Amino acid sequence: MSYDNELYQQVILDHNRNPKNFREIKNATHHCHGINPLCGDDMTVYMEVDSEQGVIRDISFVGTGCAISKASSSMMTAYLKGRSLEESRVIFDEFHKMVLGELDPEKQEHHLGKLKLFRGIRDYPSRTKCASLAWHTMIGALDKKTEEISTE
Amino acid sequence: MPDSNTGLATKSALDIEKVRQDFPVLSQTVHGKPLVYLDNAATTHKPQCVIERVREFDAEQYGTVRRGSYKMSEQATLLYEEARQKVADFVGAPDRKEIVFTSGTTQAINLVAYSYGRKFVNAGDEIIISNIEHHANIVPWQVLCEEKGARLRVIPVNDDGELIMEEYEKLLNEKTRLVAVNHISNALGTINPVKEIIRKGHDAGAKVLIDGAQSSPHMKIDVKDLDCDFYTFSGHKMYAPSGIGGVYGKMDLWESMGPYVTGGDMILQVTLEKTTYAKPPARFEAGTPPITQVIGLGTAIDYITEIGLDNIFEYEMSLLDYATRLLGEIDGLRIIGNAREKASIISFVLDVAHPHDVSSMLDQDGIAVRGGHHCAQPTMIRFGVPATTRASMAFYNKYEELDALAESIRKVIKLFS
Ligand SMILES: Cc1ncc(COP(=O)(O)O)c(C=O)c1O
Repeated sequence: MSYDNELYQQVILDHNRNPKNFREIKNATHHCHGINPLCGDDMTVYMEVDSEQGVIRDISFVGTGCAISKASSSMMTAYLKGRSLEESRVIFDEFHKMVLGELDPEKQEHHLGKLKLFRGIRDYPSRTKCASLAWHTMIGALDKKTEEISTE
Repeated sequence: MPDSNTGLATKSALDIEKVRQDFPVLSQTVHGKPLVYLDNAATTHKPQCVIERVREFDAEQYGTVRRGSYKMSEQATLLYEEARQKVADFVGAPDRKEIVFTSGTTQAINLVAYSYGRKFVNAGDEIIISNIEHHANIVPWQVLCEEKGARLRVIPVNDDGELIMEEYEKLLNEKTRLVAVNHISNALGTINPVKEIIRKGHDAGAKVLIDGAQSSPHMKIDVKDLDCDFYTFSGHKMYAPSGIGGVYGKMDLWESMGPYVTGGDMILQVTLEKTTYAKPPARFEAGTPPITQVIGLGTAIDYITEIGLDNIFEYEMSLLDYATRLLGEIDGLRIIGNAREKASIISFVLDVAHPHDVSSMLDQDGIAVRGGHHCAQPTMIRFGVPATTRASMAFYNKYEELDALAESIRKVIKLFS
């Protein structure tokens, strides 16, 4: 018997155990609080944005959630650090489409790099929001949303 | 039968293998593994006799009820009322007219909150619920209190998930109009001392509603002996179709109440100026009811009555003991809810994995459990967890399935550690 499924790959389990950028940024230029009311996942994304250059200098998160949401947050922060705001929005869009099954990274062009391992989520509709919470919250931070971001 | 090293008594009045053959769904496989269905607190599966009866009724006997004066309708009405009698007998109601059909417990509680609450609860009055209720037994009362300027008060629970009865007594006073508590908590499995709750509520002059969604399928109910004023239930948790349930209420209360939903079938007479209402239960059953589902409910009641609620309870208790011991032996697993009086529901959390990961992982082994807050967020908050994984057992479950559950949980822990 094995758990060789697309949902819980080793990389995801590793990020769940030792999430990257799991900390607060003291003088964050942007931050946002996101919740998934259906399962109680709760997180805050912090960003330090260089608005002159249009670049994310630092990005981090804190909060509670399942392995999928933790790994997704961890990998998102690692992937976006140093990227331009423009790029980040494109990647958000592609990630979102991929987990909904609207973009197949095996067949279509994309900028998702290793984030494509979240492709399997599309077969588990009840879990897609776990993977996308961090991303919605990141966009909420960029858009300077003051109210809570909710997946519902 | 459990393996010999469990030391558990295996005598049971139930022939489990035979019982399992009554439920077609149990022979399914999921992800290539035999289905282990442990989400019975959410909804139960149907025995062949219910599936067949519903098919037969629709094919041969279906008709509108309480309306047509032709054979099909009269026959359907007869069967419909016969099912109401079965429900009455099942819960020990003296008169079948004290049973009102609703779509389930949620609608049943809303009906009482609306028809009884709107009429008899006023500003300054108090309603008591407990800390371990399903949202269906919280929100309707919150809405009512807000509307009326009444106050919602909450019986606290101890760390084992038992209601603190001394605190309940302190909450009761001359302003208490209603007490609404569940018989069995769907999130923790606690069996509440409802008879005592009802007696004390009555002593304070309050009416008492028992949310029986989790007790009606698992233990013998006698509303007369309990002396509750209302008792609600859901068919889909008692091996019947979804979309049907109901509420028992004392006749004098029903008679004192106005309608909830209005329209056809609940009237005595309608002129364009004024309407007079029909007698209970029709007053509370406006519109065409879920006729086929009612028939299915009657058959489900026949089925579990024949198996025997006492036999069911006894066997499910042995499943609970067995599962509690198995899971209790797992390092890094904590059971939430250790009431002395408990039904066959086990909620737990793991140190290393979130409940949603646990349920997704167990699903890979064909095991259906629920991960989440179980529509009981105040319960989760009380125990300081965002969610739990819940295994809830029915009389068609067997010891081997609990072995599979424990083994699968151990694998999750290993993988996530
Ligand atoms: C204790 C309790 N009350 C109320 C409900 C709501 O029942 P239904 O969804 O059938 O209306 C449930 C079922 O989830 C329950 O377990």
